[in-house]
Amino acid sequence: MTPAEVDERIRTLIEPFNKKGIAIEDSTTFAGDLEFDSLTVMDFVAAIEDEFDIIISMNQQAEIETYGQLVSAVHKLQDS
Amino acid sequence: MSDPILKAADAAAVSGPVDLLAKFDPIIQTREQLLAAGVEDPFNLVMEQVLSPTRAICNGRDTILLGTYNYMGMTFDPDVIAAGKQAMEEFGAGTTGSRVLNGTFRDHRDVEAALREFYAMDHAMVFSTGYQANLGIISTLAGKGDYIILDIDSHASIYDGCAMGRAEVVPFKHNDIEALEKRLKRIPEGAGKLVVLEGVYSMMGDVAPLKEMVRIAKAHAAMVLVDEAHSMGFIGEHGRGVAEDQGVIDDVDFIIGTFSKSVGTVGGFCVSNHPKFEVLRLVCRPYVFTAALPPAVMASSATSIRKLMHNGNKRAHLWENSRTLHQGLRDLGFKLGTEEPQSAIIAVIMPDLEKGAMMWEALLKEGLYVNLARPPATPAGMTLLRCSLCAEHSAEQVQTILGMFERAGKAIGII
Repeated sequence: MTPAEVDERIRTLIEPFNKKGIAIEDSTTFAGDLEFDSLTVMDFVAAIEDEFDIIISMNQQAEIETYGQLVSAVHKLQDS
Repeated sequence: MSDPILKAADAAAVSGPVDLLAKFDPIIQTREQLLAAGVEDPFNLVMEQVLSPTRAICNGRDTILLGTYNYMGMTFDPDVIAAGKQAMEEFGAGTTGSRVLNGTFRDHRDVEAALREFYAMDHAMVFSTGYQANLGIISTLAGKGDYIILDIDSHASIYDGCAMGRAEVVPFKHNDIEALEKRLKRIPEGAGKLVVLEGVYSMMGDVAPLKEMVRIAKAHAAMVLVDEAHSMGFIGEHGRGVAEDQGVIDDVDFIIGTFSKSVGTVGGFCVSNHPKFEVLRLVCRPYVFTAALPPAVMASSATSIRKLMHNGNKRAHLWENSRTLHQGLRDLGFKLGTEEPQSAIIAVIMPDLEKGAMMWEALLKEGLYVNLARPPATPAGMTLLRCSLCAEHSAEQVQTILGMFERAGKAIGII
């Protein structure tokens, strides 16, 4: 899957979690811009894990702050 | 011309160091707001006198204790107290040393023997606290490159053990069997895997589906650790906990427990049948680099554990109390953490922190102590009034407690 395809799929997955309809850019942050609390993070991460059949450990989650970082992390994970 | 390095140093001296406590300002603020509303400080309660396992003088008032995890009421058991007194007189007030150096006394060995008898397991290792038992065992078992798969609602000591060991941490949705299985399937083949579960989750008082979860963990070649802190002595045929109750205790590799609840003292432990278990005494840092518990605590604990093996009546009364309180609170219209009583913990869900704190205070003024639990310790950002029952609560006390809840709940406008 190309980064663009990963991006497209994650954009669809994020919709139900993006309650305020914030415009998503690579620099959009989950905690700040999207106001994700820990429960939302868990559900959102689970949705991505199921879609791509990957694991994003808490250690890896800690390194991901922005949407762009998430797309590139998922791209890397589903490749390996 | 002055030296630029000196100049920078001067500037720092004027403005002072970066305040490392500044990051806690939001917490200070929340707390100040709460107290400014006139609420008695929920996190600064003092018990001036403790009259029994269920009664104390708290902030000057005669108070029924309904939030102390003293499930079996062993804190004032005459045999438990006598054993501690005698050990203190014979062995002194403290050990002043590590278990692996000068801190293993007769009674440290004896309490480990009592645990092996209680759980019918080959090995037992006692830590200075329950927190350290999880911290030590988890961090030592699962290191860099290993995977820990755990329930998202796990206790802080479990998370801290994960962080200390630097394993990859994979959480799954609370008590969700399918979520656990999916994650286990995705872990790279050949990696070390530890599944960490709790028998009873202490915030809501709900029980884990260990039967299915342990089976799935084993099917995926994972080792299993179960924290049974909130079940010892009254769940399972021999009081060994939820894993025993659901018939999977033989497939659990490590059980973690504590003395600070049913046993009524302080300390933590791990029991196991793993043939190499004893090596952990040499490599587990939270076991090695701390002083062993005082001999009085060990003698009291050993006596208490052995008494917990023969306590049918107390167990039955504790369950009766739990059922009566659960039903009574429901009938009054309170929202509870579980549909039916699953343990000796009953969580009353509050609409928000402010109402929760007001209700907590109203109950305290009625003469009832419960735990005010709030985020981040609670799941889903909830504020809870957590009640834990004791086998020593009388049936009349439980009725008194219900009356207090009714009056306070109506005064605050929750029911």
